[in-house]
Amino acid sequence: MEKILEVKNMHVSFDTFGGEVQAVRGVDFDLNKGETLAIVGESGSGKSVTSKTIMRLIPTPPGRIKEGEILFGGKDLAKLSEKEMQKIRGKDISMIFQDPMTSLNPTMKVGKQIMEGLIKHQKLSSSAAKERAIELLGLVGIPQPEVRINQFPHQFSGGMRQRVVIAIALACNPKILLADEPTTALDVTIQAQIIELMKDLQKKMNTSIIFITHDLGVVANVADRVAVMYGGKIVEIGTVDEIFYNPQHPYTWGLLSSMPSLDAKEDELFAIPGSPPDLINPPKGDAFAVRNQFALKIDLEKEPPMFKVSNTHYAATWLLHENAPKVEPPPYIKRLKETKQLSKSGAKASDHK
Amino acid sequence: MAKYILKRVAFSFITLLIIASITFFLMKLMPGTPFTAQEKLTEVQIEILNEKYNLNDPVPVQYAKYIGNMLKGDLGVSFQFDNRNVTDLILDRIGPSAHLGLQTLIFGAIAGIIFGVIAALKQNTMWDYGSTFLAVLGKSIPNFVFAGMLQYFIGVKLGWFPVAFWEGPSYTVMPTIANAMFTLAVAARFMRTEMIEVLSSDYIVTAKAKGLSSAVVTIKHGLRNGLIPLVTVLGPLAAGLLTGSLVIERIFAIPGLGEQFVRSITTNDFPMIMGITLFYSVFLIFVILLVDILYGIIDPRIRLAGGNK
Repeated sequence: MEKILEVKNMHVSFDTFGGEVQAVRGVDFDLNKGETLAIVGESGSGKSVTSKTIMRLIPTPPGRIKEGEILFGGKDLAKLSEKEMQKIRGKDISMIFQDPMTSLNPTMKVGKQIMEGLIKHQKLSSSAAKERAIELLGLVGIPQPEVRINQFPHQFSGGMRQRVVIAIALACNPKILLADEPTTALDVTIQAQIIELMKDLQKKMNTSIIFITHDLGVVANVADRVAVMYGGKIVEIGTVDEIFYNPQHPYTWGLLSSMPSLDAKEDELFAIPGSPPDLINPPKGDAFAVRNQFALKIDLEKEPPMFKVSNTHYAATWLLHENAPKVEPPPYIKRLKETKQLSKSGAKASDHK
Repeated sequence: MAKYILKRVAFSFITLLIIASITFFLMKLMPGTPFTAQEKLTEVQIEILNEKYNLNDPVPVQYAKYIGNMLKGDLGVSFQFDNRNVTDLILDRIGPSAHLGLQTLIFGAIAGIIFGVIAALKQNTMWDYGSTFLAVLGKSIPNFVFAGMLQYFIGVKLGWFPVAFWEGPSYTVMPTIANAMFTLAVAARFMRTEMIEVLSSDYIVTAKAKGLSSAVVTIKHGLRNGLIPLVTVLGPLAAGLLTGSLVIERIFAIPGLGEQFVRSITTNDFPMIMGITLFYSVFLIFVILLVDILYGIIDPRIRLAGGNK
């Protein structure tokens, strides 16, 4: 498979009054052409910072890329000047944001907001850009595009606005689409529509997508591969089947177990105990160790490397070391392995469509 | 939109009527008559004058007569200025005042916007602190102090601009600057706060993500949204300019309306006080209406709410 983006050992820090917050602490991953890579993790795990860094949209200062490479089309995005980066943003790599209610300019007609990128990157004339904008609005499923193009964002509903945001992102046929929790702010039925739309458009345009979310149901539905982030690092990465049906890292177990379920017998929702690590003084060893009931002594002292599970599946946990004691995963994870079926409501709701 | 404006104009008339009534009765509560100051007059002469100007009638009758005449467009005759018609007197004097007020508003608002935007873009740098310092000065030092300083340093010491009078464009420079300081300060502070908020909003990130240059992002996406709240304070600012110009006109010896207003109050020139008060009210109401219409033009969300009803 053709690699379109390679992120190597990326470190991102924010200088605050409290000290240096190490939001991303060494992230490595590749993105293949036409695939969807989901990045999952709890709030503060560094998934949004990762995507904003690829776009070079983190505010600098206080943010900065400490080290690492972001290789795209023979260039290292981490080292490009702002001017060069402007030529890539919106053209080769574009982004969809979380909250469609605030991500459109309230005082500008939506047509104009779509046309801006086209005029800048494809050097289209105003009338040609308008035609293309109407076409794009139709493509993302907005009825009467030639009327809607002259309307303002407040005349659209939330789901319709997210379609407009997608149209803006896809305007110049980008090679990579970064979707930063694109469905989080939408209600469930609209979520399903937007996800279907994105999958559909991906097939048509052969775009690679990095899909950031904390909704595992959505992940099961859209992703080809999944990267699980914790404390600014990727702790497990693999194909969607490997992550869901053969998870290795205790944090991934915790994530999967804490999905709400409609048909489970237990009354209580499982929650991972403790709170996310302090990224000003990151813990020594495995950042998850203090919350991990399966933690080994070495977890508190030495950081686990990425252990290979299969050619596509890697996990950073000492449990995979050959000398590690055999640990039985929690019952729910075992059941997943055996049945290969997500009995959880989130996955069901989105599978339904 | 036309219906909305018509409705607003109708309401404006009611407002004017209320202002006229309150001013009339308050004025009647002031001690003295227009003629007590003239010591040469005998009591018989004062009596004859009072009779002539209907000042012996009971106050409600005077009120009814005044309002009746006012509705016909007749603001009466000045007691002090050679018995001339009040309307004519106002029209004679309005030129310099309107000129100064408008020039001040435009200069103050534009300079304030520029300072505010620079401060927001260069947040927490010397630019920002400099602009804040200027704003604090402008807000806290009264305009007549600025006027005096400008007259002394620029007018007398450097001799760049004439110190007083109103005889050409160069005469307008110093009064405009002195008068505009407060407007400038308010606009700069407001603009800074607004721009900082706007520039950190999600749609600015969206605009950047399209690959637009930072200049385009700031001007096309930031400025227009930052301007919306400023338009709201422009109304009261315009009012501030009117009262401000009373003092400024005095200092720079500008033959404007403000100077005449002050004089008519000290001499109990009833028709003149009423006339100028009404004139100021009409102006203010007009400015506020203008602001509301402008608001609708800048912010499409308002336009819909006002226009479709």
